[in-house]
Amino acid sequence: MKLNNVILKTTTQVVFFMIFLFSIHIFFAGHFSPGGGFVGGLLTASALVLLLLTYDLKTVQQLLPINYTTMTAIGLLLSLGTAATSAFLGDAFFKHYFDHFTLPLFGDTELHTAMLFDLGVYLVVVGVTMIIIQSIGGDE
Amino acid sequence: MTNFLLTPIILPFFTAILLMFAPKKVYYQRVVTLVSLILTTACAVYLIQTIHTEGIQVVTFGNWPEPFGITMVADMVAMLLVTTSVIVALFTVWYSFKSIGIEREKFFYYPGVLLMLTGVNGAFLTGDIFNLFVFFEVLLMASYLLSVLGGEKGQLRESIKYILVNVISSALFVITVAFLYSVVGTLNMADISVKIAELNQPGIITTIGVLFLIVFGLKAAIFPLFFWLPSAYAAPPVPVLALFGALLTKVGVYAITRTYTLFFVHDTGFTHTLLLVLSCLTILAGCIGALSTFNVKNIIIYNIVIAVGVILYGVAQMNEDGLMGAMFYIVHDMFIKAALFFLVGIMIVVTGTANLKKMGGIMRTYPTLAWTYLIAAFGLAGIPPLSGFIGKMLIVEGGLAAGNLWSSLWILLSSLIVLLSVIRIFIYGFWGEAKTLVPKESRTHYKQLLIPSMLLVLLTVAYGVGAEWITPYMQDAAEVLLHPSVYTDAVLKE
Repeated sequence: MKLNNVILKTTTQVVFFMIFLFSIHIFFAGHFSPGGGFVGGLLTASALVLLLLTYDLKTVQQLLPINYTTMTAIGLLLSLGTAATSAFLGDAFFKHYFDHFTLPLFGDTELHTAMLFDLGVYLVVVGVTMIIIQSIGGDE
Repeated sequence: MTNFLLTPIILPFFTAILLMFAPKKVYYQRVVTLVSLILTTACAVYLIQTIHTEGIQVVTFGNWPEPFGITMVADMVAMLLVTTSVIVALFTVWYSFKSIGIEREKFFYYPGVLLMLTGVNGAFLTGDIFNLFVFFEVLLMASYLLSVLGGEKGQLRESIKYILVNVISSALFVITVAFLYSVVGTLNMADISVKIAELNQPGIITTIGVLFLIVFGLKAAIFPLFFWLPSAYAAPPVPVLALFGALLTKVGVYAITRTYTLFFVHDTGFTHTLLLVLSCLTILAGCIGALSTFNVKNIIIYNIVIAVGVILYGVAQMNEDGLMGAMFYIVHDMFIKAALFFLVGIMIVVTGTANLKKMGGIMRTYPTLAWTYLIAAFGLAGIPPLSGFIGKMLIVEGGLAAGNLWSSLWILLSSLIVLLSVIRIFIYGFWGEAKTLVPKESRTHYKQLLIPSMLLVLLTVAYGVGAEWITPYMQDAAEVLLHPSVYTDAVLKE
């Protein structure tokens, strides 16, 4: 018997974007309120897991053709690069810089290099979580 | 230039990341790993020279003031061990080209080795007790991968034990750090040392000292806590075993040395006597093990346990000779253990068995291997011009100077048993009637395995013969260990 998961699929199509946007929000909130790269990454991964639950592994891989090993490596590279930049600028390793910028739409915004480090953490968390789940779930 | 001391951590880490982009390209993996390790060795040797001329190098992450940021401290003790680790890793990678097998190489073997090296170097260089925990986890995670990689039945069984023991000891590490933090309120190692000196080490600090001995003793395999080591180390393939045997237990030994010379120096009557007794028992356990088995791998594995005991015996003396001897011996032991595992690995390749009773007469076909092994075996036992001599002699001198006559004699006696255990391999394996060897075509890579092994043995010989030139560096190291104020002043810049 073939089940028709029309309710699950329709709900997922809406809820996926809500979780994904919430994870981005959490990611950017990290500096001044609870959140950050780790939680943000886990939330994004959970949105992807919802996709995996609704559709099968192959469909999701076609939908998002991402090599998560490369993604993890890029995340590590980004974090290490951010930490090492200060060493090339003559400061101690891991020194982070920030300044205020006036951006259109956002107005006065404080931009930190710590955010780039967090982006690295975010990519590693998403990558590692998805590698674990895909390699347990898939049998190649 | 202040950040230069981080190169032995960052370079292997960066290379491991680069390797993750193309795990299936074996040629790329090999070349990049080799080049990066050669570069790291050059940086490490340069750093040793810098520390020798300019003193201890310190950098605190993010320009934070001293006890508040994470400090990385490169003193002579740490740097000698870092350099040794990098060189051992370099030779292991070279040896791996022909021995580890293409399947493992395609599945993140080299990133595993490099990340383990990152963790080992970080653990040696860090000046922050919680950061030490983090680097322990980095090296342990990588070692879990290396231990299970390949997925043979024995590897799966033993890595479960190995992971279980290490997870428990890591949890205990966190608990101990929590205790220490609740008493002294700081995590910076130099600051902890100063705070403990102010408190004059009350009973609770001594308790924490013993807890640290249990935690690091589980990693370093000291007497009642070495039970996991023999079987866990026998399972993975030979290059991984060489890496584990040379580096992993030594990180535990280093951590004991560091904490017992920097933190817990005010009640040595209790803590260091305990360390002394445990180190003697560790040697006893290792000796019994080394004589009990006919498996060539296991004989050398039990010799790791003996060496851990000897080094910690030197540390327990708390005088210049003892500590200098311990430094001499730990560097010697890292080299010679890697070399012995390489040679034993070749024996297993050419005979197809690890059982000594099934070997015999290898010398007729492979004289070079036999003589190289004999030199390495004499080096391990400490025959004078070779590398093991000077360290053990200083340790025994230190023991006698501290008035521990019987235990010092026990150290000397244990050398005989070490010699007996490794010479047994020589007598059974190389002498006697020739027994069947693996046919020639399946061991064409014998020479490519022998070259790195011979060079490493040559290095240990140079280390023993050139002890005169190395002594000033060892004196620097012993100076730091003997006077915690040298370390704390350098970090806290008082």
